[in-house]
Amino acid sequence: MTTLPIDNTFDDPAQRAPLVLNHHDFGTVTEKICSVNEARRAPRAWYVAFVISLGFLGIFGAMIMYLFATGVGVWGNQNPVMWGFPIINFVFWVGIGHAGTLISAILFLFRQRWRTGINRFAEAMTIFAVICAGTFPGIHIGRVWVFYWMFPIPNQMEMWPQFRSPLVWDVFAIGTYFTVSLLFWYTGMVPDLATFRDRARTKIQAIIYGILALGWRGSVRHWHRYERAYLLLAALATPLVLSVHSVVSFDFAVAQLPGWHTTIFPPYFVAGAIFSGFAMVMTLAIPARQLWGLKDFITLRHLENMTKIILVTGSMVGYAYSMEFFIAWYSGSMYESFAMLNRAFGQYAWAYWIMVTCNVLVPQVFWFRAARQSIPIMFTACLLVNLGMWFERFVIVVTSLAQDYLPSSWAYFTPTWVDLLTLAGSFGLFMTLFLLFCRYLPIIAIAEIKHTMPEALPHGHGAAHRQEPTA
Amino acid sequence: MNDPGTGVAPATHETSQSSAQRSDDESVRLYGLLAEFETPAAIYAAAERVRDAGYRWWDCHTPFPVHGLDRAMGIRNTILPWLVLGAGATGTMIGFVLQWFTNAASFDLWAFVWVRGYEFLVSGKPILSGPVYPIVMFELTILLAAVGCVVMMFGLNKLPMLYHPCFKSERFRRASDDRFFIVIEARDPKFYRHKTEAFLDSLGATAVEELES
Repeated sequence: MTTLPIDNTFDDPAQRAPLVLNHHDFGTVTEKICSVNEARRAPRAWYVAFVISLGFLGIFGAMIMYLFATGVGVWGNQNPVMWGFPIINFVFWVGIGHAGTLISAILFLFRQRWRTGINRFAEAMTIFAVICAGTFPGIHIGRVWVFYWMFPIPNQMEMWPQFRSPLVWDVFAIGTYFTVSLLFWYTGMVPDLATFRDRARTKIQAIIYGILALGWRGSVRHWHRYERAYLLLAALATPLVLSVHSVVSFDFAVAQLPGWHTTIFPPYFVAGAIFSGFAMVMTLAIPARQLWGLKDFITLRHLENMTKIILVTGSMVGYAYSMEFFIAWYSGSMYESFAMLNRAFGQYAWAYWIMVTCNVLVPQVFWFRAARQSIPIMFTACLLVNLGMWFERFVIVVTSLAQDYLPSSWAYFTPTWVDLLTLAGSFGLFMTLFLLFCRYLPIIAIAEIKHTMPEALPHGHGAAHRQEPTA
Repeated sequence: MNDPGTGVAPATHETSQSSAQRSDDESVRLYGLLAEFETPAAIYAAAERVRDAGYRWWDCHTPFPVHGLDRAMGIRNTILPWLVLGAGATGTMIGFVLQWFTNAASFDLWAFVWVRGYEFLVSGKPILSGPVYPIVMFELTILLAAVGCVVMMFGLNKLPMLYHPCFKSERFRRASDDRFFIVIEARDPKFYRHKTEAFLDSLGATAVEELES
């Protein structure tokens, strides 16, 4: 066995950086990753986090009950700001949900092998974020008992969705995105569920994991179709992940409102979504690798790569902010110019500058290698990015609505306590699902990690391949 | 689609009868022989020799897809991509017909119940609003292609199949961990209990055992 450097953050392009550290072989990889789930008791931090998350989930449920019993008047949504927190939270959570499929699909097509360390729980995070996102328009529709009117279900009333409306496109975009993300996640997990089944120590585990694994037995004839199917899913999910937030941005861009009616919105939303999604992946990955000792698989190099993506997408978002100003001026439209100046210097200037600071200025620290390799700095930066991206949606939704064409209808939007608790509660839903996932499902793609190890190549052993220049 | 993917005609029922005679003990029906290997390189080399020896009903089991092993076994490309193309094209058409029928037509159609389309006139826009259709068409293309891809992949693999003779072997549990296996089935026309065992041993297997069906 050759000795591997423990530091795999070197920049020598002639050497392929190891993605698994500390002399693991296939057996110890299985052992290490399964130990997360097989421990009789989870770490104490898990229980603490789980109880807190359940508390917030309870608040979420209570707020939704209160909303259903009373009506949407419990929110701060008032003329002219009819799209208040529900839409802000919807766009925020959908954005978070972009990193998972980006990592699993686009990085897969680009042969970015480091994705294997983080793809499984990024995908899980995507699914839970989309569940949170889907809740908000669902409870926003007012008459929740006829929510199925959103879908083209054959009926005798001759009543159909109105397909010229971007809100109907959203139903299809989010529905498709959720389904495809779920399939991608589950398909990728089947071989690992088989590992769990084969290691099960109780009858219940054997039955549940056995059913979930579908009888997977690692047949190469199966792997052949499986790999092809995985590639096809990646190819299908790549345009999908770029389309979802584009369609969400149409909700705004198709409207006539100054500050919304711009063609830059789709790419700007997609960049912002990837930006916020990666920030959330890191927010979850950093404590998880610490808590379960997964630093051999989620290495500093993985984190450093993610900070680079955050730097790139954060700068793209910053470019979009400045380009909005330029176009507002260049268009010669006084309404556009007013909307932009009002955003930066009007009554919501505080929100605008929180957004700019967190989204544009904070990620610039990642130009420095020391910041990219410092866990405290990257964790703080990611939390600030999460905050900033929520404020971005706040700024977009609220500033354009609060002061539109007609000064007599202008108003200042103030959220109610129900708004704030519903937002906090949605984090409870997200974290509860995520913590359950960490406890009961394989949080790192075991089979894929083995596949990226140099020992997995059938021709000759690792050492020779490790020295080979990156192809 | 009965053959396991070699593209060679499957063994007939006559050979499966005679395979019982070719096994040692006729009271226990032999499913096949399981050979264990320790490295991807070992199973790769072994798979090439099993293929060259002319076996048809055999398989490799690995904890992860070993690069090139499917080629080494002589597996033909799957038709899955063409099926997915078909599913995607169906989604595109459904996306168009759905929007056109529900928003731009006013005739009856049977979709589990008799339903009627509605000519939706919104802000004087054309009834047939072509430019807005591609979005839902695209989403349904991806949806049907992705669902079709996963369903047909598992379908072609004949999964879910919760029982399999391999699962009776304690040793086989490591097929999802760190061991690599070759199974040659007793129904293969070239299968002879002792000859095949000796052959597997000669490939460098660390262990060979019988699998009951």
